[in-house]
Amino acid sequence: MKFTLDWLKEHLDTDASADEIGTTLTLIGLELEGVEDQGKALKSFVTAHVVSAEQHPNADKLRVCKVDAGTGELIDVVCGAPNARTGLKTVFAFPGTYIPGKDMTIGKGNIRGQVSNGMLCSNAELELSEDHDGIIELPADAPIGVSYPAYAGIDGVVFDISITPNRGDATGVYGIARDLAAYGLGTLKSTDMSPVPSKGKSPIAPLPHQFGADEPKAIRRFGGRYIKGVKNGPSPAWLQQRLRAVGLRPINAIVDITNWVSLGWGRPLHAYDADKLNGQPVLRNARNESFDALDNKVYTLDETMTVIADDTGPLCLGGIMGGIRSGVTDGTVNVFMECASWDADLIARTGRKTGIVSDARYRLERHVDPALTDPGLELATRLVLELCGGEAMEPVFSGEDVYPNTTIDFPLGEVARLTGLAVEPMVATAILSRLGFAVTPKGDGFSVKVPSWRPDVTLKADLVEEIMRMVGVDNIPVEPLPRLNHVAPRMLTAIQNRRRIVRRALAARGLDEAVTWSFISHAEATRFGGGQESLQLANAIAADMTDMRPSLLPGLLAAARRNANRGIGDLALFEVGQVFLSDAPEGQHTHATGIRTGSAGLSGSGRHWAAKAAPVGVYDAKADLGAALDALGYDIDKMQILAEPAPWSHPGRGGRVAQGPKTIAWFGELHPAFAAELDIAGPVAAFEIDLDALPEPRRKPTRTKPALALSQLMPLSRDFAFVVDQSVTAAVILKAARGADKALIKDVTIFDVFAGSHVGEGKKSVAIAVTLQPLDKTLTDEDIDKVSGAIIAAVTKSTGGVLRA
Amino acid sequence: MSLENQIATLRAELGAAIAAATDEAALDTVRVAALGKKGSVSALLASLGSMAPDERKSAGPAINGLKTEIAGLIEDKSTALKAAALDARLKAETLDVTLPLQPAPTARGRIHPISQTIDEITAIFSDMGFSIAEGPDIETDYFNFTALNFPEGHPAREMHDTFFMKPGADGVKKVLRTHTSPVQVRVMQKTNEKPAAAYMTPAMDPPIRVVIPGRTYRNDSDQTHTPMFHQVEGLVIDKSSHIGQLRWVLEEFLKAFFEVPNVTLRFRPSFFPFTEPSMEVDVQCDRSGSEVKIGEGNDWLEILGCGMVHPNVIANAGLDPDVYQGFAWGMGIDRIAMLKYGMPDLRAFFDGDQRWLDHYGFRPLDLPTLFGGLSS
Repeated sequence: MKFTLDWLKEHLDTDASADEIGTTLTLIGLELEGVEDQGKALKSFVTAHVVSAEQHPNADKLRVCKVDAGTGELIDVVCGAPNARTGLKTVFAFPGTYIPGKDMTIGKGNIRGQVSNGMLCSNAELELSEDHDGIIELPADAPIGVSYPAYAGIDGVVFDISITPNRGDATGVYGIARDLAAYGLGTLKSTDMSPVPSKGKSPIAPLPHQFGADEPKAIRRFGGRYIKGVKNGPSPAWLQQRLRAVGLRPINAIVDITNWVSLGWGRPLHAYDADKLNGQPVLRNARNESFDALDNKVYTLDETMTVIADDTGPLCLGGIMGGIRSGVTDGTVNVFMECASWDADLIARTGRKTGIVSDARYRLERHVDPALTDPGLELATRLVLELCGGEAMEPVFSGEDVYPNTTIDFPLGEVARLTGLAVEPMVATAILSRLGFAVTPKGDGFSVKVPSWRPDVTLKADLVEEIMRMVGVDNIPVEPLPRLNHVAPRMLTAIQNRRRIVRRALAARGLDEAVTWSFISHAEATRFGGGQESLQLANAIAADMTDMRPSLLPGLLAAARRNANRGIGDLALFEVGQVFLSDAPEGQHTHATGIRTGSAGLSGSGRHWAAKAAPVGVYDAKADLGAALDALGYDIDKMQILAEPAPWSHPGRGGRVAQGPKTIAWFGELHPAFAAELDIAGPVAAFEIDLDALPEPRRKPTRTKPALALSQLMPLSRDFAFVVDQSVTAAVILKAARGADKALIKDVTIFDVFAGSHVGEGKKSVAIAVTLQPLDKTLTDEDIDKVSGAIIAAVTKSTGGVLRA
Repeated sequence: MSLENQIATLRAELGAAIAAATDEAALDTVRVAALGKKGSVSALLASLGSMAPDERKSAGPAINGLKTEIAGLIEDKSTALKAAALDARLKAETLDVTLPLQPAPTARGRIHPISQTIDEITAIFSDMGFSIAEGPDIETDYFNFTALNFPEGHPAREMHDTFFMKPGADGVKKVLRTHTSPVQVRVMQKTNEKPAAAYMTPAMDPPIRVVIPGRTYRNDSDQTHTPMFHQVEGLVIDKSSHIGQLRWVLEEFLKAFFEVPNVTLRFRPSFFPFTEPSMEVDVQCDRSGSEVKIGEGNDWLEILGCGMVHPNVIANAGLDPDVYQGFAWGMGIDRIAMLKYGMPDLRAFFDGDQRWLDHYGFRPLDLPTLFGGLSS
């Protein structure tokens, strides 16, 4: 919220400097976002007269203007604003002027063949407001060639503060002054809000509340006052300047007065042109009606929204925005002024539903002091009479305000309990009193009655905050948090450790860690096994971020594609992160997933003098997977490796790692059709590990490792070659050979695999080396023959193959 | 020819032949021709048998002397030839040692700054006795808002730009958590139920000291906001912890994290539904140069939000707020990583650009510890 130092001083008697006030605002919780000396920043902008504005010969939307900026000669300016017209008084920037809203310095130029020496400016270009619909329009009697900030009265200090959602009381300058006075930065001034005498009975009766018993009812108390015979028109300079300085465009005196009360007291008002009302207005909920609002947009209102309506339909969307039909114009003679209190939550809901952002909604959804409903109406009436003349009829009221009337029992020790700072009771009660709380002693502590403008204060802790922000958090002594243990116990769970370890193991193998979006496109999610409705976002931010990912592969593959487009086709990338198999907490798993593309194998990528790097393949993926599992304490050779490729995998080059019924991991080469769909050229090898599927390591009572038995006898090795069908997997041969004599056979490795016509069509030769470790005596030839026989029998039986001659 | 002449001739001839031999094979030919069964020196030795005893007396030593001498020459020559052959072979084996090595990706794998930063945060807080707590990304409205004292319809809910999941069969919409705070409630709540999954931290009894790092989501996107980001949250619940201790924890953490001897913090009263009193914290820094220097200078940078856990939140978790109290704080992991390591654009964190990862990433063995230093 913006306000000027001038405006603040109307409510606060203070000698404090602008700097001091700015610092204090932040310290007491009204965070200063900026303080600006507008006169300085905008002093080179001058008032000017558009002497003529003609259509640009070469551009439909541009006009060529001759501008009198008081220099004695006419300046050519090309302007794109729709309201640039002959006779307009506006604001001009000479070449060389810095335009804050565009962050540029305007120069002399030529726009489509027409000379342009300067710029006609909008409020947005001067950073006075968001209004960039057209250039600034000044009254016809504005002088020419004078400094605009001086003319507009915006040459003072402007504070911009951010108001937290609990502080509706600080959405007006008066409330801010009250807080500063409580801190001790001056004295709060009072304003005359006494009733304005009436000149007779109101032509409009108190507005009836027409609501069904179970309907939501946003209105609490509605106050209205009929003011007869006003002379509306531009408001006086002081009011216009005040509004302009905080970024509001003056409209006419009546509307400006409502804005003045809204910004000054945080008490929004609305003014109707009483002659445009059709019959007695009432309060009711909308009935799927269309509503032309003052922002020139049409809204469809539903039955959850309260409106002020006449016989024709809605006049005003209650607490949010007025309608065009009954809007006050320069020609308005009879005014009906509204000051009403509303249910903050229902206003917030209507605001969200319609998406209307207005000064009224901003304040009313943060709670407006109910004690200001009636006085606010008097305040506005008094100023209308003063500025526009007319006669005020009797005010009409209907409905009751809701006062929180909260009283809090406040023990003396509460401030010290929560903050560690012992505050003297006298100091604490003085602070609360200055903030408007009524404090009376009660038992060991106090009974504190909350003022009408602070409905957010309901608990002891809220009072602690009030005292703390006035004392200053910096005055709370710093105190070490006592240790619970002198040596910290284990702080990471098994899964947390797994993530940490697998990351560093994979990085050590040359893969870069990526972090990709948790949401991917629906097409990708579906392709990788997800895409169910429960995992789709209802309000996605982009079309390619609609579904929670079932796999980390789509994100990594998209990164691979982006890297390839930058010329990096050899890429090794991994991610350790969450995937979503359902929307339940247990549906969230952590995967460790990696890809290698192009020739980014473990031994290096690309062309090189020593060796041409091979394209990555299924064994690269399996090697990464094995290394990751090893780092996690699992031996891939002791798990089931099944020739069952993942759905994303090349059907003949992919596998599944299982332990019992659980799938631990997948590995393989990316299916060429997938790669083509994802627009990825070249080979991709990938693996994914489900870290949640890995069994929890068993915790033993001691950390002792199993005893180590080292044999004194020399191990020996025997080679065998078998001719088997192409379809026989290595795993079957190894399992059979290893099982032939579990005591003697220590290791079985495959050292040769080949196929060719000499081993037979559809056959292959697999050669294994078996290491035998004698246990208690040297093996005799007979012993060795016996084991060899068992190995041959086991392998030929399980594979249907034969020993190669 | 006299025996002396024969010996002299043989010595000269064989000496020359040995000297002329250029390899082991040639030398062997000479050896066989001289000392072999049918060799010239052997033939001379064999002639001793037919000599008269007197003659033999003088001829024997002479011929044997010749044999020893020739054998010695051959031995020496053989040694010399072997050495020369080795030299020649080694010379032939010379490689260009300046050739660049194959660029193994092993030399290049990097840890993402977010993971590194989480490990740094973990190292510091685990020393202070905090364990790491976690909860699900897809949350219920209850844990994300209601239990955290966000009243229905309150503007504070709106400030969160929440992502909603499509409604389930029961019409209820889950949300993507907008902050890590739901885990506070999950950890604090009085329940005997075991969590649904192993990664979820079970509920615990006070004293509670946890930090909660994780992914969070808001429907917002520009240079400083991404729809997905990372937060870390801290929670202390016991019977005595207060704002004075909160100040200490934050100051100690920020000093350790930014690896500077001093930090100055500014606490500003603020508002969060789940804390009361609430504060936002600015850290003093110097932003005059191209790098932000924490712990010096005249600028303030908002870095985190904190406060005493709201009595309603403590009560919602099933604890008595007049008995139990504590504090909580939250900050952006990506944000403090950017501040510490100088990454200019948040969006690049999630792009997977290899050039960015290699530049801003960390070596796999740069494991942050307090004993070894957080960063090398």
